[in-house]
Amino acid sequence: MSEGSGAAAITAAIEASAGPALCAYVTAGFPSRQAFPEILRSVAAAADLVEVGVPFTDPMADGLTIQASNRAALSAGVTLEWIFDLLEAEHRHLEAPLLLMGYYNPFLIHGLERLASSLARSGVAGLIVPDLPLEESEPIREALAPGSRALVQMVAPTTPPPRLQRLTAASAGFVYAVTTTGVTGQVDLDPGDLDHLARVKRAARLPVLAGFGIRSRRQVAAVARLVDGVVVGSALIEVIEGGEDPGEFLRGLRNGEVPA
Amino acid sequence: MTTPIATSLRDLIEGGPPPAGRFGPYGGRYVPETLMEILIELERRSVELLADEGFLAELAGELRDFVGRPTPLTAAGSLGEAWGVALFLKREDLCHTGAHKINNAVGQALIARRLGAKRIVAETGAGQHGVATAAAAARVGLPCTIFMGAVDARRQAPNLERMRLLGAEVRLVEAGDQTLRAAIDEAFRAWVADPVGTYYLLGSVVGPHPYPWLVRRLQTVIGEEAREQVVRAGGLPDVAVACVGGGSNSIGLFRGFLADEGVELLGIEAGGRGGEGDPHSASLARGTTGVLHGAMTPLLQDAHGQIVETHSIAPGLDYPGVGPEHALLRDLGRARYESVTDREALEALRECSAAEGILPALESAHALAGAKRWAGRNRGGRVVVGLSGRGDKDLAVLADGAHHV
Repeated sequence: MSEGSGAAAITAAIEASAGPALCAYVTAGFPSRQAFPEILRSVAAAADLVEVGVPFTDPMADGLTIQASNRAALSAGVTLEWIFDLLEAEHRHLEAPLLLMGYYNPFLIHGLERLASSLARSGVAGLIVPDLPLEESEPIREALAPGSRALVQMVAPTTPPPRLQRLTAASAGFVYAVTTTGVTGQVDLDPGDLDHLARVKRAARLPVLAGFGIRSRRQVAAVARLVDGVVVGSALIEVIEGGEDPGEFLRGLRNGEVPA
Repeated sequence: MTTPIATSLRDLIEGGPPPAGRFGPYGGRYVPETLMEILIELERRSVELLADEGFLAELAGELRDFVGRPTPLTAAGSLGEAWGVALFLKREDLCHTGAHKINNAVGQALIARRLGAKRIVAETGAGQHGVATAAAAARVGLPCTIFMGAVDARRQAPNLERMRLLGAEVRLVEAGDQTLRAAIDEAFRAWVADPVGTYYLLGSVVGPHPYPWLVRRLQTVIGEEAREQVVRAGGLPDVAVACVGGGSNSIGLFRGFLADEGVELLGIEAGGRGGEGDPHSASLARGTTGVLHGAMTPLLQDAHGQIVETHSIAPGLDYPGVGPEHALLRDLGRARYESVTDREALEALRECSAAEGILPALESAHALAGAKRWAGRNRGGRVVVGLSGRGDKDLAVLADGAHHV
């Protein structure tokens, strides 16, 4: 991403997707700092958006898979500075807009006043901060300079209707609909979860991507009937951990035949 | 001019929940969206209940008949004489289950029942909050699950067994640092998975709003009783001393004397082994402001905002953060915070046990060691120490510690 609005670039990438849009989450520096750039390129070639996860010691919204990838990345010495430097070198060669997904504290300690310039130099279009609700987001919104980098708002099944209106209106780039109560990586979506996604879609002006627990072609197909696409995280990390090709896995989620 | 956040001592003395859960720049509500409505509702209902005469009467009855309140204020004549001060111990060790934690657990368990919760989850470090929660959950007839770090479970084995006997399911946390911090992470995850049916019974004045206010409100009984008792025994103290991990027993004691300008408030953090570069748990003395477990507060973290490993011989103090209200009290200069080492705490524990026939918890022994140091500077002073719990749980550590401390 170069100049202009990160939010607009994110929205455009979702809208340009032929089938359900695919946003791929990868933990920065996982499985190793050396192997990561290649994984990033492969994932960016197969997905419409890439979320680069900033590892944190206490990822309270994450299940075991992403907890473990966070620990591995931290042990390998991954820091937010390292991520900015890497993305600065890589982003011009990547085919999908980049977002950073991370808990608030590392961004806060990096310094909100220099966050916008760090994101700009590394070509990051937007941020997802799972422990930063709308009520606490004013300092980071001001720091991001409106219209430049997107702050993607998450909505949950427990979000009541008036709040859903506020959150979808405040979001930028897309609306991240958490499929189900729970942490990342859980399986089994039930019909209630799908009703919730339909509600989010009706409330949102922006595209809606559903995340948490999405891991199969069948789920992608079911969810894509209701919203504009999906976020895939834990399942992709497991593929990377298993040494398989992440690009092929992502293409299979979107384009393959849905088994009966 | 009105201020949108509690920034002054007068705001704090008011006692209601601070607007937006802010204690000056500290506090707030940094949680996944899944929990936001649950926390907003918890704040609304707990404010209602804690102003409701029927609920307050029920709570007072449970504190009297189940917890055993009021707890005594014991004049510690021998130890006071040795230290050159008039020393009084606020005996939270005599509460049912052996520590102040039950004041909060009983209050929140009653709230959980009123909210229609189907089960209670909680974290525990030393095991005292876990035992208190297990007891309170049994009392109100709700199932409960306690998350405990595997390291803590090893060093506090008797409490593990007590929780199970009280009917709790105990889940050992092998992730992260395997102590209190990892247990909180895991309790949060269990809560996020079932936010409507589950009540998260947080054990200290930490976490997202309204917990720092709610837990403080339920622990204020310590300070209210202590003030009345020490005045009856001859007058206000010069200093009130308590240990600070998350900071619930200390805030409870301090609240009783907050408006008494002449009473110094002294919080004692865990200095660990005390060597240069050794891990410790002194967030107020040596931490920097950040966000963990739902609140902005002083944290022990590295230059990249990652939380560092902490150490204290007292598991209940072994935590990298601290309650946001303490951070504001520190900034306002109303309370002062020092740290003592594992060794100083152990010495104070042995002195108190031998001189007074009272075996304090390792956590409470930090407060005693801080009081001893204060006494060295203020001969003839009048001192109230929050004796937050009893040391029976620490026997294994004490037997082991004798070799290398």
